[in-house]
Amino acid sequence: MNPLLKSIFSANFVFATLRVTTPILFPAIGVAITSLSGSVNIALEGIMLVSAFTGVVVSAFTGSLWLALIFGILAGVGMAALLGYFHLNLKADIIIAAIALNMFASGITVFLTYIFAHDKGTTSSLKSLVFPSVKIPIIDKIPVIGRMFSGLNILTYVALISVIVFYYLIYKTPLGLRIRAVGQNPDAAESVGVDVKKVKMYSLLLSGFFGALGGLYLSMGYVSWFSRDMTAGRGFIAIAAASIGGNLPLGTFFGSLLFGIVNTLAIFLATLKVPSELIQMIPYVTTVLVLAVYAIQKSVRSGGEE
Amino acid sequence: MKIEKFILKYFDMIRTIIAVLIGVMVSVLVIYIISKSPGHSLMYFLTGPFMTRGRIGNLLETATPILFGGLAVSIPFQASQFNVGQEGAIYLGAALGTAFALSFHFPAFMYAVIVLIFAGLIGAGWGYIPGILKAKWKVDELVSSLMMNYVAYFLGLYVINYHFRDKSAGFLVSYELPHPVWLKQFIPGTRIHLGIILAVVFAFLVYYFLYHTKLGYEIRMTGFNLHFAKYGGINTFKVIILSQVIGGFIAGVGGMVEVMGIHHRFNWQMSPGYGWDGVVVAIIGHNHPLLIILASLFLAYLRVGGQVMNLLSDVPSEMVTVIESIIILLITAEAFLSQWKYRITVREAALKEVSDESAT
Amino acid sequence: MDTILSIRNIVKVYPNGVVANKGISFDIEKNTIHALVGENGAGKTTLMKILFGIEKPQEGKIIYKGKEVHFKSPLDAIHNGIGMVHQHLMLAPDLTVAENLTLGIEPRKWKVFLDTKKAVDIAKRVSEEFGMEVPLEKRVRDLPIGIRQRVEILKALLRNAELLILDEPTAVLTPQETEVLFKTLFDLKKHGKTIIFISHKLKEVKAIADRVTVIRDGKVIATEDAGSLTEHEIAELMVGREIRFERIPPSPKVGAPLLKVKNIRYRNKENVEVLKGVSFEVRSGEILGVAGVEGNGQTELVEILTGLRKADEGSIVINGEEVIGKTPREIREKGVSHIPEDRMKNGVAENAKIKENLIVDRYYKNPFSKGMFVDWKFITKYSAKLMKDFNVLATSPDALVSSLSGGNIQKVVVARELSMNPSVIIADQPVRGIDVGSEELVHRLLNEARDKGSAIFLVSADLDEVLELSSRIIVIYNGEIVARFDDVEGLTGKDLGPYMLGVKREA
Repeated sequence: MNPLLKSIFSANFVFATLRVTTPILFPAIGVAITSLSGSVNIALEGIMLVSAFTGVVVSAFTGSLWLALIFGILAGVGMAALLGYFHLNLKADIIIAAIALNMFASGITVFLTYIFAHDKGTTSSLKSLVFPSVKIPIIDKIPVIGRMFSGLNILTYVALISVIVFYYLIYKTPLGLRIRAVGQNPDAAESVGVDVKKVKMYSLLLSGFFGALGGLYLSMGYVSWFSRDMTAGRGFIAIAAASIGGNLPLGTFFGSLLFGIVNTLAIFLATLKVPSELIQMIPYVTTVLVLAVYAIQKSVRSGGEE
Repeated sequence: MKIEKFILKYFDMIRTIIAVLIGVMVSVLVIYIISKSPGHSLMYFLTGPFMTRGRIGNLLETATPILFGGLAVSIPFQASQFNVGQEGAIYLGAALGTAFALSFHFPAFMYAVIVLIFAGLIGAGWGYIPGILKAKWKVDELVSSLMMNYVAYFLGLYVINYHFRDKSAGFLVSYELPHPVWLKQFIPGTRIHLGIILAVVFAFLVYYFLYHTKLGYEIRMTGFNLHFAKYGGINTFKVIILSQVIGGFIAGVGGMVEVMGIHHRFNWQMSPGYGWDGVVVAIIGHNHPLLIILASLFLAYLRVGGQVMNLLSDVPSEMVTVIESIIILLITAEAFLSQWKYRITVREAALKEVSDESAT
Repeated sequence: MDTILSIRNIVKVYPNGVVANKGISFDIEKNTIHALVGENGAGKTTLMKILFGIEKPQEGKIIYKGKEVHFKSPLDAIHNGIGMVHQHLMLAPDLTVAENLTLGIEPRKWKVFLDTKKAVDIAKRVSEEFGMEVPLEKRVRDLPIGIRQRVEILKALLRNAELLILDEPTAVLTPQETEVLFKTLFDLKKHGKTIIFISHKLKEVKAIADRVTVIRDGKVIATEDAGSLTEHEIAELMVGREIRFERIPPSPKVGAPLLKVKNIRYRNKENVEVLKGVSFEVRSGEILGVAGVEGNGQTELVEILTGLRKADEGSIVINGEEVIGKTPREIREKGVSHIPEDRMKNGVAENAKIKENLIVDRYYKNPFSKGMFVDWKFITKYSAKLMKDFNVLATSPDALVSSLSGGNIQKVVVARELSMNPSVIIADQPVRGIDVGSEELVHRLLNEARDKGSAIFLVSADLDEVLELSSRIIVIYNGEIVARFDDVEGLTGKDLGPYMLGVKREA
């Protein structure tokens, strides 16, 4: 077999894909939840960055993974709360406010990195703890499957479980029902006494929570340090992943997986002199195409009317 | 009473200035908290950009691409099109513009102009895609233009990396551009180049375009009220597309100007962020091209001040980014100071009633 | 019989000075269907908003079940057993019927989870109790409008509504669906519910109501047993006011038809036939008035005439040229001007300057622009003159439209639309919601335009306005022209009312 195909069909490839998908899947779930409530959240980039940073700093200073987790999540949720406060209470445009928060995150993390680590690029001089990898008891023993699905970082498993949590949250809880109702017809929700502002705030906080997990994974799982702007656009990619998937749980998962596969392919192909840039373009082009096809279908159905 | 009238009339402007002042105050506070010698740090931050000729040069150089970015953003924003694809248009305009300049040769007097137009057309094409998708099928231009940024980045990187890469250099840069397309650096001791003049010329052109041409009028009316524009007979389909195409054109030119003016070769391994800076100055400048000049200078001033402070004191320059974001948040928060405005309005209305009554 | 609701002397003045309710009083008996009828703008909707806690009255009392109540919000009204079925249904399209029904009061499993089964059970119980079948597990999006409305009614019943307010519920229904609705309403009455039924359709009122209250001009004209009034009598009560208008003198010179409309048909997105073959002509020097209750196809007709909407069939000839398929600009260039129904939506860009608003239909022509460039100097002078001619009260042509009062905004619109010597004027509700002074001015200007030879097509829900201005009148009902009056001399609202309300039609 051709060595390229061989490497792609290897267990390593699946393993790597899951690794790469994790920091896209978390924020994608966050984006999807806010989209379902009828708001666009493009602040996941900033949320992840702040959480990634907080996790590293807290773990370095306290030596506690638990505290790192808690404070990392609090930081992400706090950013989301800020966005919610400016958008819902101070009537800021949610997109511009999110752009501002992304800038804020990018600035404050480097600023504080310098304060704590006296270096602007990374916190590699701060020793960060890392979330552990886990071997899954029975699966680990199965020959090829074990190498694909066992021994991943615990947060990767959390991400997979989060898809299920997302599903249950949205379809099986009162809050999820209200989020969907608010997204589809806020007047209807209001007319039966649902507090639209509150529901939108909750959905933003949830997106902050999942975004935070994505950030923590990046700095304390994927690698073991914080570096400036290390999210590298994953918060925006998440928007694409969620859009492709129609903001639904399984769709969001496959959307994220698509980006994961393509990015992994790019890494694998880089060694083979296939232009990885062109491969990496595919998911974005796909997103635009999917959005276009979706919109065209919709306009054909409504007979082109407003 | 006169003061109150003045406040109401220029409320948006005053609000912006207050937001900026709060931002500056926060930075002063931050410096006092973290710096060991806050007085010096503050001085470097606030006066640093003016201390030497080189720094004044830095300020103007920094402002140039930001100004292009802001102008490129302002046109679709005036049409209420949330296209944020300028980042990609700048990057791709510069990358393909570089490729073009390296591949074709023209007589020296027109070489630079042709290259800039080519880069502009690339940017325009980049605006056309989200534009037509929006106008024809109502595809959200925010998401599509965001995605296009990444396509632009990877496409540009590919072209430079695989076809125009100068392998003698240690890192990813293109070959050097032929001399005729260099924009002259005309003030010794600085890197100030013709691009700054071009940027200011563009600002005035965009101002004139938006406020004194038919298409500019159509763009603004469509932005104010799409239904009104349609009702009045404006071809809003055309306006939605053209506003994004023209914004893209300016972004493309801006990207290429930066390559032709400073390094004379393409060297962006990362997207340089001028598109996002453009959003910032467009918001501070209320999408008005002439105010965007001021906003770009202000942003560049903060940036250079931050760099000077970073270099000479113990406060990192990223403080500036934090300040920027605070200013933007305050400007975009409609409710910020709205109570104040409301109180003045009510008082004014009451006064007016009294004077009306006494008049009758 | 017991009185469930007493409305006592309700007065409501809106901040813009419009007095919507001028001391309304009447009683609603328990376990009846009580129809509330009145023209557009008579004050019905305001009254219902007060009843449902959306608006607060300045004066008056509401006594519900023997106690005075002050509802702060719709939720308050719901808790007290009042339910409202809005004209625009309040349902989330992608949720199932059961989910919509239980939204906000979701049954739970282990505190945190939705108990879907129980939700369906609860929904099933009400739906069975009242004999109103709905597919509980289907998404609302996939249901026809009649069923959606039933869901909306069930939503109120599930929240223990005893008094149901239905705001023009039949406006969106087919005749078959209407019949089913009526059966439902009778059943609800049997179950002891009380229903307030707002409608324009007198046949329906007669068919279903026990009692009728007629509101006109913010006041109650009559509350009677429905059986004791004929449709004609109700129609007369609704429109038969003391004559307030003075007819303008007839046209000095009527010429050739400038606007010829033939057999216009139009189906909307919901696949309802909104216009069913409308034909008419408007001649130079006359005003053709269209009388009709709002929502009978007028809005769509005007948008089709001005190119903002596409007709499915038919022909429109303006000045001898077919304009079907032409853009708004091409139609305007044929000499058509348009005073729109909703001035804030279409008529102006409120955050732009007055002068920018005045030229939206002509900025591209010489002398407003030369080549690519707009000549603001000229436009400023021109605008100042228009503002003076049309009595627009503002500090300068550079003032923002948003700083003007409603009357002055309308004057800006009228100044633009009447200042280019239009040959055809489409005036849709030209004086809605503006002060008396501005109203007189607009009417005078339309009259002058007519005398100068314009053909004017006037659409208004205000009968007085139609009668005052029109040279000829047509009546539109349910997308059809049901009556034509070529001689308006001596015509009153009483003559038009029965046609407008669908009681009568010309053969």
